[in-house]
Amino acid sequence: MMDCRRAARALLVPVVRSARTVACRVTVLALAMTLAGCGRPSTPTDGERTTVLRWGGDAEGGAPYVEADPAHPDSMRGFDVEIAEMIAKGLGRTPRFVQVAFASIDASVERGDFDVGLSGVEDRPELHERHSPSLPYFEFREVLAVRVADSARYRSLDDLAGRRVGTLGATLAYRMLLAEQSRTGLVAVSYDDDVHPYTDLVEGRLDAVLLDHIIAERSFKRIGGFRIQPDAFARGHYIAIFAKGDSALRDSANAVLRARMRDGSLEATFRRWDVWDAEQAALFQRVLADSAATRPEPSTASASSIARYIPALLRGAGLTLVLSCLAMLLAVSLGVAIAAGRVYGPPAVRLLLTAYVEVMRGTPVLLQLFVLYYGLSGVVRLPAFLAAVIGLGLNYAAYESEIYRSALMSIAPLQLEAARTLGLSELQVLRLVRGPQAFRLALAPMTNDFVALLKDSSLVSVITVVELTKQTAIYATNIGSWFIPGVLCGALYLALSLPLSRAARSLERRWSPR
Amino acid sequence: MSAPLEIRGLSARRGDQEVLRGVDLDVAPGEICALMGVSGAGKSTVLRSIAALQPFSAGHIRIGDVTLAPGALPGEARLRPLRRKVGMVFQAHALFEHLTVLDNLTLAPMHALGWPQARAEEVARELLASLGVLERIHALPRELSGGEAQRVAIARALAPDPLVLLMDEPTSALDPARRGSLGDTLRTLARSGRALLISTHDVDFARNFADHVAVLARGVLVEYGDAATVLTEPQHTATRALLSAPTER
Repeated sequence: MMDCRRAARALLVPVVRSARTVACRVTVLALAMTLAGCGRPSTPTDGERTTVLRWGGDAEGGAPYVEADPAHPDSMRGFDVEIAEMIAKGLGRTPRFVQVAFASIDASVERGDFDVGLSGVEDRPELHERHSPSLPYFEFREVLAVRVADSARYRSLDDLAGRRVGTLGATLAYRMLLAEQSRTGLVAVSYDDDVHPYTDLVEGRLDAVLLDHIIAERSFKRIGGFRIQPDAFARGHYIAIFAKGDSALRDSANAVLRARMRDGSLEATFRRWDVWDAEQAALFQRVLADSAATRPEPSTASASSIARYIPALLRGAGLTLVLSCLAMLLAVSLGVAIAAGRVYGPPAVRLLLTAYVEVMRGTPVLLQLFVLYYGLSGVVRLPAFLAAVIGLGLNYAAYESEIYRSALMSIAPLQLEAARTLGLSELQVLRLVRGPQAFRLALAPMTNDFVALLKDSSLVSVITVVELTKQTAIYATNIGSWFIPGVLCGALYLALSLPLSRAARSLERRWSPR
Repeated sequence: MSAPLEIRGLSARRGDQEVLRGVDLDVAPGEICALMGVSGAGKSTVLRSIAALQPFSAGHIRIGDVTLAPGALPGEARLRPLRRKVGMVFQAHALFEHLTVLDNLTLAPMHALGWPQARAEEVARELLASLGVLERIHALPRELSGGEAQRVAIARALAPDPLVLLMDEPTSALDPARRGSLGDTLRTLARSGRALLISTHDVDFARNFADHVAVLARGVLVEYGDAATVLTEPQHTATRALLSAPTER
């Protein structure tokens, strides 16, 4: 198991270095899945438990939090890396990095995938209910980034009523935007990463981005082309997060953090990463005086929140259904054309269509969505929903065309000959005899594909479309549990797919020969 | 007036094998010609060549003023006049499984000939009535008995009013009573001026209903003449073999 993990990490790390390009991001996802497939990621042996501190972070978060070291691609660097090392050293353990998706850090630490999550984790009330959070070690400001030309126009969230404002999903900023959305009609757009909001801002897909000042400044250095408004819209803290039952470990870690605040080594780390400012000094003072004062208010009971999220889930389900139907419509139309071309076309056309089918089937739909939405944004700037329909439609067209092609091939030659002797042209034979008969054969596999598409439509959240699964993830993150949201979400997917399968079965029965 | 169907020197190959060798045959209007021979003698190849479903290697086929030449099949547009003159009834009926009886009959007249739906349906009803299957007009092919399906298939082939009607083994799935009624039907069709070429190895059927009999053996036309003459005084061993074989398959 160890070999497997090491191999996967060695592969993962160099890619993460440049994870800012679309293709690489997808590769990272694919590798992350490979990693997950290697077995339980890091269940320690008894011996390891006391000598190693497994800490989970998202290397995709990049500098200054966690990034792969350009000089030694299989080791990590960043202020969170140094804090993890400080804590481990203070506890007399060796730190070991575990890659985890940012949005899964809290769920993963509770599962025991690692001892502590540390990757720019924002302090939120529900973390205190469900986990053991450390004391805050850094204070961030939520800042607004706008295009230079808009800097006089968009100064507050009120100025952005009806405008599209992006941020990272499952963050304090996203929650603020959602609150604004119901208040002013601002459109909150959730991203899975913190780079594309800024590129989309520059390209005009968004009118503003609300995110931590560290991320805003980093993006400004990298891509520029926008302005960061000086006011802070909110303040929050980064914390380390431990499992609920690990409060003793958390207390020891807090003691280590306090000591490092006192002796200046934490300040030195932040200075090294160029994120130290007066506000951190003030935070340190407050923490050292009384850590409890910085704790956020506990949240209201999560049971009552179920009802609050149901309208959003229903909206997500509606979007999933509309998106899937439109994508299927495209897939079916295009699939019919491809199948006809492959059965009837001249060799060059057949070759071209075969290549299309193989490429679309042989590459991840996630990659195709990224290329369509981000990769081609210099050529054609598709709205996210349209890109989702087209991306899924183009991908599924390849699968549909294979179904139709084999259905066409399985129509008895005698049926075609009978049609020909009656004087029907080849096109009429296809349209009036072969096509309709093939369609009946294709119906069952098509239904399967539609149900699969319904579920695959959850992938489009990577290009900012908030459909059912994404809506569920937001809900789950906010209440800090996947159980109820997961059950509701599953029930909604079933409610969408079951009637469909039933309708297809009854049609099939009606058409089945004998 | 020349025969509506004239076949001269027809040869065809399947791969390296010659399946037809220099077949000459005429079928006149109003005539039923039975094309006989054991399985594999080349009966189906003759019918399929006339219907332009497969190419042949030598000779020619003339249907009215349309001539088929050896080599690759002509394109769709050039075949159109031939399609209007030749109807074919397949052994397995080959009714369109997804369409009702009525739609099976109106499909070609409406789409290939451009008839208005009302006219196509009127003709379909007349044909179905004359063949005694009008009450099955809204049935699907899978709901028909073998005899019904065959009569519907004949009606479908007749709907565009072809000059020549080709039939492949029409009696193979019928009981003796049905064979008689099929024979009467075919006689009526012939009297209306059509030329019927029917492949069969049913000697009784040929004796009772055909005007002429043509016997094929290994791709060669070995005997041709009046049905009565050929079937009572066979000259060729192949014909004698056919006559001595049990009439039922």
